[in-house]
Amino acid sequence: MSVRGVASTVYREGVGALGVSAVGSLLAGVVLGGLETELQRLPGLLVLVPALLATRGNVYGSLGARLATALQQGLLTPTLRSHDRRLYNALVAALCTGLFTSVFAAIATVVVLWLLNAAVAPAALVAVSFLAGLASGIVLSATVTGVVYVGYRRGLNPDTLVGPVVTTTGDVFGMVFLYLAARVVLAW
Amino acid sequence: MVSGDWTVEAIVRATLPVLLVLTLIEIGSGMVLHGFEDTLVQYPTLLVLVPVVIGTAGNLGSMLASRLSTALHLGTLTFGTNALLVGHVLGTILLAGTLFPAVGAGAWLLTSVIGSPTLGLGRVLIIATLSGVVLALVVVIVTVSATYAAYRRRADPDDVVIPTVTNVCDVLGVLVLFAVAQLVV
Repeated sequence: MSVRGVASTVYREGVGALGVSAVGSLLAGVVLGGLETELQRLPGLLVLVPALLATRGNVYGSLGARLATALQQGLLTPTLRSHDRRLYNALVAALCTGLFTSVFAAIATVVVLWLLNAAVAPAALVAVSFLAGLASGIVLSATVTGVVYVGYRRGLNPDTLVGPVVTTTGDVFGMVFLYLAARVVLAW
Repeated sequence: MVSGDWTVEAIVRATLPVLLVLTLIEIGSGMVLHGFEDTLVQYPTLLVLVPVVIGTAGNLGSMLASRLSTALHLGTLTFGTNALLVGHVLGTILLAGTLFPAVGAGAWLLTSVIGSPTLGLGRVLIIATLSGVVLALVVVIVTVSATYAAYRRRADPDDVVIPTVTNVCDVLGVLVLFAVAQLVV
């Protein structure tokens, strides 16, 4: 294929998924833009934002990829009523790693800011991270599992669904629950 | 990937170490944001741009990485002046050149709808487009060299390149966005 042919294939196949995911991230950005008061009242929160958003993408992206591969290999039955032990374990593992990584991110942020003698709210940051990790974890596991299972049963390739779904919903739910968690902790 | 063995412990063990390392890299990205916090609070439009700029750059990188890796596995890609490689690079830059202006327009529109925009449409468009094109070049360089390094070491690019590229893009995305914003604002 010519350079032009390859470039136009890359463009055509990429523009849709990238556009959808950009809309999701823009909405996440609007939530972040509205967080001014919370950012000022919870010093260190802004440092946590990229780590928490990336954790959602990494953890639930790998959950989605795992489920997609297993469905295609026949390791999982494509019905949610089967109470599959493997599915249950994959969900619990994703939730645990997601929560652990979120709290780790909060502690690492506190340590770095503390070493730099910058203002930081240690207990509040850990609490926000934990709450946001728990809430977005539950919603994202349900979304990713639902989309992969339904997509597979409708004859779509679950592997190509996982990427755009996780990057879009991960940013949106990640930011919304971070905002809600910050409000809850500040109201305490 | 842990194929047959799906215990909670096996999955956590396989994924957690990489996640913790990536988290530390992301804290670096967060520290860059922290350094620009005053500018960000002054111009909320820039804050709106943060997730979409780093996300789109990461997506461009992971798309390019997975395509290059598949082509390597199929044996159709060679490093050098290869039509497939040049075409992928060109396609990636074209995607950035059209998506980022749209992202800038979207960010301006959304901030005008919810509140008072402190940056004009022209400035937001220039910031989004310029940082997008610079980032696309960075993404191409990082992705192609990471894929090449993985290939030379006989590692599977699928396992290493995507997490490296998306997380490197998060740090560089914030840096490029603010370097460009400093020039324009």
